[in-house]
Amino acid sequence: MELLECKHLCKEFDSKKILKDINLIIPKGKIIGLLGKNGAGKSTFIKLINDLLIPTSGEILINGKKPGIDSKEIIAYLPERTYLDKEMTIKQSIIYFEEFYSNFNSEKAKKLLKDLNLDINTKISKMSKGMQEKLQLILVMSRTAELYILDEPLGGVDPATRDYILDTILSNFSDGASVIISTHLISDIERILDEVIFMNNGEIALTSSADELRNSEKSSIDDIFRRYFKC
Amino acid sequence: MDYIFDNERPIYIQLVEKLRIEIVSEKLKQGERLPSVRELALIARVNPNTMQKALVELENEGLVYTERTNGKFVTTNKELIDKVKKELAEEKIINFLNDMENIGITHNDAIRYLQELGGNK
Repeated sequence: MELLECKHLCKEFDSKKILKDINLIIPKGKIIGLLGKNGAGKSTFIKLINDLLIPTSGEILINGKKPGIDSKEIIAYLPERTYLDKEMTIKQSIIYFEEFYSNFNSEKAKKLLKDLNLDINTKISKMSKGMQEKLQLILVMSRTAELYILDEPLGGVDPATRDYILDTILSNFSDGASVIISTHLISDIERILDEVIFMNNGEIALTSSADELRNSEKSSIDDIFRRYFKC
Repeated sequence: MDYIFDNERPIYIQLVEKLRIEIVSEKLKQGERLPSVRELALIARVNPNTMQKALVELENEGLVYTERTNGKFVTTNKELIDKVKKELAEEKIINFLNDMENIGITHNDAIRYLQELGGNK
């Protein structure tokens, strides 16, 4: 059984086709880059997987089941925009995750936060944007999940923070789990990818192993992407 | 080891090249036990699957071997290490001579320059 499978998945908003006939299999144990320009349909696709939107037609199966309570338990999702109440302190956000997710490892989260020298009594609203991003990533990566879905984890942060984010992803995803990272900042992330999915105009334009694509095109994924989607 | 990668070539091939050099230069000693795939991946800041693929390649070359349940080790086959070292050296020398030729220096002159500049070290 596949970890994630999409069959003829379509999504329309007001009869505008946002996703068109997506057929895709995400196997276990891979780090996958979901790459596309702004408006390609990446976030809509991710929201469908996370049961935040309902498909217009077609289906998504996670371990053979439609998105729902079971899939929320095994998917750790980092949304593009924060859903944490910024009036909470770090400590309260940890308690919130502990209550919501049985597979949340609060010891791991506390250790990672300690490495950042963050006082857990700090209010989230008092933290810098980069620190807020790190906190959210730590909370998500401290879950023992089967699938991590990170929507634009590198958006709007400085290069040093990007390195921290990539290292945190690499060192914390559970053994055998898969990670889907959506981004348009490809050059920063491509060295950690097993597979790439190019999305364009609501369609899957290309799927390939990252190293095979580099080898056949003799260029970086970033360059291939730029050529492919030249405006 | 420096872990700067050229994004234009497969990452696993670059890992093989870097680890091969670590072995022939004895930064990784003969018979030394390697860290786990996951640890090595973290050190190199790459995907564990990519590191695994690189180690399989080194195992095929005989530079690394697996002891069941015990992990992976650097070969103790000194002859093999010397052979690989010689191949690497040959490759670099040929590249060097070609570069010299491109700027109009004959092989004999290139060798003479080498003796003059590098002979004292």
